[in-house]
Amino acid sequence: MNKRVVITGIGIYSTIGKNIEEVKESLYIGRSGIGIDPRRKEFGFRSALTGIIERPCLKGVLPRRLRIGLSEQAEYSYVATMEALSNANIDLDFLENNEVGILYGNDSSAIPVINAIDIVRERKDTAMIGSGSIFQSMNSTITMNLSVILKLKGINFTISGACASSSHAIGMAYILISQGLQDIIICGGGQEVNAESMGSFDGLAAFSIRENAPAEASRPFDRERDGLVPSGGGATVIVESLESALKRGANILGEIKGYGFSSNGDHISLPNIDGSIRSLMRSLKSANLCTRDIDYVNAHATSTIVGDEMEANALAQVFGDYKVPISSTKSMTGHEMWMGGASEIVYSLIMMHNSFIAPNINFHNPDEASAKLNIIKKTTEMRINTFLSNSFGFGGTNSTLIISKF
Amino acid sequence: MERNEIQLIVNGFLVEEFEINENLINPEARLIEDLGISSLDFVDIVVIIEKEFGFKVKREEITQIRTLKDMYVYIENRI
Repeated sequence: MNKRVVITGIGIYSTIGKNIEEVKESLYIGRSGIGIDPRRKEFGFRSALTGIIERPCLKGVLPRRLRIGLSEQAEYSYVATMEALSNANIDLDFLENNEVGILYGNDSSAIPVINAIDIVRERKDTAMIGSGSIFQSMNSTITMNLSVILKLKGINFTISGACASSSHAIGMAYILISQGLQDIIICGGGQEVNAESMGSFDGLAAFSIRENAPAEASRPFDRERDGLVPSGGGATVIVESLESALKRGANILGEIKGYGFSSNGDHISLPNIDGSIRSLMRSLKSANLCTRDIDYVNAHATSTIVGDEMEANALAQVFGDYKVPISSTKSMTGHEMWMGGASEIVYSLIMMHNSFIAPNINFHNPDEASAKLNIIKKTTEMRINTFLSNSFGFGGTNSTLIISKF
Repeated sequence: MERNEIQLIVNGFLVEEFEINENLINPEARLIEDLGISSLDFVDIVVIIEKEFGFKVKREEITQIRTLKDMYVYIENRI
């Protein structure tokens, strides 16, 4: 028999707040984390819009050797993870003496690669790169560093599934724990926020160019939307077997009821309806729930013209006459990409525990597809017992998680 | 460059960059056993020596250095 799987800790470091309390307030008042990065214009970007985030200062927090291998997104993820472990009531002693794993979503680490190549091109000597670069530049930078800092003994790898990476990471943890292979897994997603990593994406003309009004640029489902706004940070979710959580006397924040996944088998960058529907249906089947059991949907909707339309059509088809409340927190945060799957679980859990639905800011007028949905424009006080969160990515990868109150 | 000046620069980067406790710094201190410098740290010491003293350090040479005094002498002989 499969074990029940719960969430016992959450942590966040994002453009709308550096901890759970700050993020709770931002979600409630509908605060945008979007601004302008003038450097992007110097680089010839079509859009200078981005999530604005400050690098945490970890000097004095971590010793040098543990610090210098951390990439930008690993720093965000470290801060988020320490908050999540703290509210899960898990300390370093516990981590050292128990088999705790880590599965994190990450799909790039541009800056250290660029810096290393710049040094070699200039100095013609790889010895001048230094020792931290390799551990910052690999895709597994977050899991390789956090597993050493936290002395983890369990499963340890990174999941790269484009913008669904960290949702899949939670899904994988759910499967491993439900099958009894692990008891506790630190899950999450990290996303670097810098011009260098976003140039090629900007080159696809996928970003909003509403630079005169940054807070209004990310407008998922609105008919005036003109593209996504890149963003990032770090988000951590502690996934644990119910048995282990009860034994530890942990505060249970929610139960993972279902995980759905699919691949579109279609275009590399354009989503489709069929793949999203299969992911949604699989998650409901896995949770043994029907659509009317879902109280809130945290949509993937990134504010792109085609992506939002496809998701709106998929949600309308799956939910039918039932007008489930839907919002996209990307309207505030921008698109947190590799981090988005995990951060949106954190955002939704905050809403669930504080009985409100955060607004889909900037949604003023629907298009034909979004007119079929119940999109929440204003903060709505409401009890949420079960929510569903979608994450989709390039290559047609889809992930859907369903979480209930325990 | 005088030995004193070399000592000041080396001790300075060990304390500032490598966060080594100032009280542990003395010419007889062994880099690995007493100061806790690891094999990966030698990679960064090579970078700093080239930056500070302007000569290229061979990896084989730096790993032969046992004590801080050895390092001062090595640098003195190379510049």
